Parts: sequence; C-alpha cells; structure tokens
Amino acid sequence: MMIEYQNIFTRVQVHGNPDLGVPLPGKTMFSRGTKTRLSYLAGKLGDAQIGPFYLGFLGLASIMTGLAAFVMIGLNYWAQVNWSPMQFVKQLFWLSVDPPAPEYGLSFPPLAEGGWFLIIGTFLSASVLLWWARMYIRARALGMGTHVPWAFAAALWLFFVLGFIRPLIMGSWSEAVPYGIFSHLDWTAAFSIRYGNLFYNPFHMLSIAFLYGSALLFAMHGATILAVSRYGGDREIEQIVDRGTASERAALFWRWTMGFNATMESIHRWAWWFAVLCPLTGGIGILLTGTVVDNWYLWGVKHGIAPMYPDYYDPAMLSDPAPTGGN
Amino acid sequence: MSMLNFERKYRIRGGTLIGGDLFDFWVGPFYVGFFGVMTAFFSILGTAMILYGASLGPTWNIWQINIAPPDLSYGLALAPLQEGGIWQIVTACALGAFGSWALREVEISRKLGMGLHVPIAFSVAIFAYFTLVVIRPVLLGAWGHGFPYGILSHLDWVSNVGYQYLHFHYNPAHMIAVSFFFTTTLALSLHGALVLSAVNPAQGEPVKTAEHENAFFRDAIGYSIGTLGIHRLGLFLALAAVFFSAICIVISGPFWTQSWPEWWSWWLNLPIWS
Repeated sequence: MMIEYQNIFTRVQVHGNPDLGVPLPGKTMFSRGTKTRLSYLAGKLGDAQIGPFYLGFLGLASIMTGLAAFVMIGLNYWAQVNWSPMQFVKQLFWLSVDPPAPEYGLSFPPLAEGGWFLIIGTFLSASVLLWWARMYIRARALGMGTHVPWAFAAALWLFFVLGFIRPLIMGSWSEAVPYGIFSHLDWTAAFSIRYGNLFYNPFHMLSIAFLYGSALLFAMHGATILAVSRYGGDREIEQIVDRGTASERAALFWRWTMGFNATMESIHRWAWWFAVLCPLTGGIGILLTGTVVDNWYLWGVKHGIAPMYPDYYDPAMLSDPAPTGGN
Repeated sequence: MSMLNFERKYRIRGGTLIGGDLFDFWVGPFYVGFFGVMTAFFSILGTAMILYGASLGPTWNIWQINIAPPDLSYGLALAPLQEGGIWQIVTACALGAFGSWALREVEISRKLGMGLHVPIAFSVAIFAYFTLVVIRPVLLGAWGHGFPYGILSHLDWVSNVGYQYLHFHYNPAHMIAVSFFFTTTLALSLHGALVLSAVNPAQGEPVKTAEHENAFFRDAIGYSIGTLGIHRLGLFLALAAVFFSAICIVISGPFWTQSWPEWWSWWLNLPIWS
C-alpha cells in the first residue's frame, strides 16, 4: 500500500485579489470595511484572507459594552491586589469579582460588596444581547437564514439561566456565578455538591451527552468531508443542491459502516441540534436545581436510577437536610 | 433491497486489507469484510458477558447494572470471572471490537477511494479508552483502577476519582480538554447553522453560495476560515478535546498524587515573585 497525501494542510497557497464580499443592499450609516490582509499561517489551515470587517452600530455598541465589562473586571482584580502589577499577574487565576452576599437578596449592595458584580453583569448582558441582534441583522442583510443567531440564543439561554433567571427565582443575586478563572470552577464544584451531585441530574446527563456527541459528530463530519475533498466534498452547498460523487461516497461510507447515513444537508441539521441541545438541556438542568430539586442523588434514588448507599453509612446522614433547615 | 438508488455502481470488489474476496460482501446496508466478522465476534461475546455479569448482579434495572473491575488486591493479574474477570473479558472484547471497527472503516474508505481521516480520527477515541482502562491501570499497578461498566456506576467512578484529587477542575489538562469540548460545540453549531442558513435562505430569496458564507463571517468577526478549513478546524478541535481528556486522567495518579489545586503552587512559588 502506497503512502499517499491525506488532506490536512494547504500545501500551495494561491492568492488573487482580496474578496471584498457579497455587496450589501441599501445604504446605511455604516458600511463594510475595505481593509484586508493575508496571513500565511491562516492559509495553511483555511482561508488566508483576514477581513474585511463590518462594524455597524450594534457591533460597536456590543464591543463597547463588552469591553466595559472586561475592563471593570480587570480593574476590580487590580484593586484587590492594591494596584500591584506583579501581584495582578501572580494572582490572576485566583482573583475574582464575586456576587453579593445572600443577605442582600435581590437588592443593590455597596459597590465593593457585589455592586460592581451587578454592574458588570448588566454590561455583559447588554453586550451579548446586542451581539445577538447584530448576528440576526447581518444574516438578514445577506438574505440568509437566521440559524446562526438562533443557535447563539441557545447559549444565551444557559448564560441567562446561570446569571439572571435562576438567581431571580431563588431570590438572591448571590446565586450567580462569579467572574474569575478558579472562582467559577469553585462555584461549579460547590453547586454540584450542595445539590447532591449534578451527575444524577438527568438534564446534566443530556447536556454532557450532547457535548460529547457534538465532538463525535464534528470528528465524523470533519473527517468525512476531508476524506472526500478530492472529489470536491468541501463544496457542501453545491453538493446539497446538486448531489455529486463526493456526497454519494460520504453517505455510502456511513451506510456501509453503521447501516445508516445522513445527507449533505441533514448532517448539518444533526450538527445544529446536537450543539444547540447542549446548552439548552444544560440550562434546564441548572434551572431545576435548588428551585424544584434540592438533592439530585436522592431524586435519583426516588426514581430508581441510583441505588441507596449501603447500610454502613449513618442513615441519619442520608435524609434530606433541607426541610429541617440543615439541622 | 436496502440499496440507495445510486449505490449499485459503488458496490465493487477489492480494497480489503486481509482475507481477499472471502468476506468481501454486504449484509443489508452493512459491509462485512474480515473485520466485520471480527467486530461481530467481539461485540457479541462482550455483550453476552455483560448480560451474564448482569444476571449475577442484584438488579436488572438498566441504570444500575454494574460490571465492576477486579478488586485492587488482584493487581495486574487475571481475576476469577465473578470477581472482575468478566470486566477483564469485556474490556478485551471492547478493544478488539473497536480496533476491528476502525480497520473495517479503512477497508470501506479504500473501497470508496476516500482518505483515511475517519478511521484515524476514530483511533484517537480508541486511544482515549485504552488510556482509561489499560495504560493508567497498568501504571498504577492494578486493573481495579479501570472504570466500571454501568450507566450510573461510571458516573460515580468519575465523581469519586475526581474528588480523590480534591477538585479535578484544577487539573490543567482537564481545563484544556473542557475548553476544547466547548469550543468544538461552538464551532459545530456555527458550521451547521451557516450551511443551513445558506441553503434555507430568507423567504423568497435564492439559495446562497460559499461567497455569502464568507461574507457573513467576515462581516461578523473579520475572518472566514472557508469551506475546507472549517472541517480541518472541527476535526482538530474534536480530536484535541479527546486527546487532552486522555492526558488529564493518565496524569492523575501516575504523575500527580496530591490535590490538583495544590499543583498550582508552582506558579505562586516562581522565583520572580516569591
């Protein structure tokens, strides 16, 4: 068997005039930029052209609000180490802007006690919502479907469940996730332990399954398309509207392997749903935690998915402490 | 027959790695081949062993059925069937089935004149499983360090092993793996959505082109990786997620035995600030 080249990197890069993009209809205050440049490294993996970029009002507003949140987080960190640049770098992963303490409930606390956290959250929320609107309008301006913004909306659902909807239902901003590298990991671990191990939460199970499923699907899809790229398989739109031998071979590969195949269009529907269902189910799982279910392990025992711990544990420790106030 | 209308002209002889024409045929939609026979052998035997193990266990509850590895006291020896020997046979069968499946994919790729990207990608997943149930247990000196085969029991194993290192999120390879998993899912949603939005355009609009896809992404973030590049990127992200997952578990125990939060003290103790 001869060793042959497998399509992994672009070996010869051909550059023509820069592609300034499909013209946008109508005249608006903002227009697409005209600046482009070529990146050799980007060209090894994909398209070498960087730019042009469309800023627009929504883009500008989203970047400004996002930048404001980012800078406020950074300044809070810096203030926490008495404005020492070295300590800022040293402790960067440990620094955190924390939500207000539980006693503040849904009220607005002093700046240093969670006030900054709420302001940052407001700016960050504005930023992602403006970005959502920008995605929607950019898609429509090109006459395209709105699948990108609706997929993005699934991520926003999880974001707002964690930082807004669930704290609102629980009646306290203290329930929100802190802004920090290690602190958000600590929050995640503490959240899981507090509610009896999130692994027993069926929506957490689904979310993980869709996360892993997404990696599986992208590996399968990416590899399949690269494997038929010698037949033009990467020209997916053309293959969808006018099936060629690349699509046929890609489909037969999976049909012969596992008895079932997608089509060139339907594989992208599988992809969209797997990716979208990951944060969608995850958000449901978070929303139910502490509001509807207080201990996922005991929930699992009650519904027969998890066995009760053997008797050598003190049974008194196994009862749900919540109704007695934890005593 | 379960043949697609264009399928007959692709069903040709040849491309096998072993066995010549002997198993070069299809059953329904499935290609068989020598490795199809091997896959069937290993998966039927493995599944039968799981059923046998379940019949010995206390429950037929699908969530609670558990095929546990041997006790640590057996070290790297073979254990009696009911003491983890079933787990050892199931593990051997799983590796045999996965390997045969990958080689069967190679044969199918050759038959269809395709690149070998799919079986190579699949072998990264096999490597991760091999790391979990062979490399790490061997490095730690006991098959008992493998994970149990059961829906809830494997979750318990992940939970327990994670807390053995106090807080597994602080494992740097775990951080990288999770980041790659999230990025893969983000990229998959964007790729799926972009293609669907091009071929399912706004009401009354004609189907869009790859030029529209490029224009959309350059408008949005200033860069479009292109129709070929996105599949290279997606494959890379997915495989990197799996690879770093394997790394993050194999370093836990064999190379680091304390808590993962403590591992980070090297950073706090760097000579420039300590």
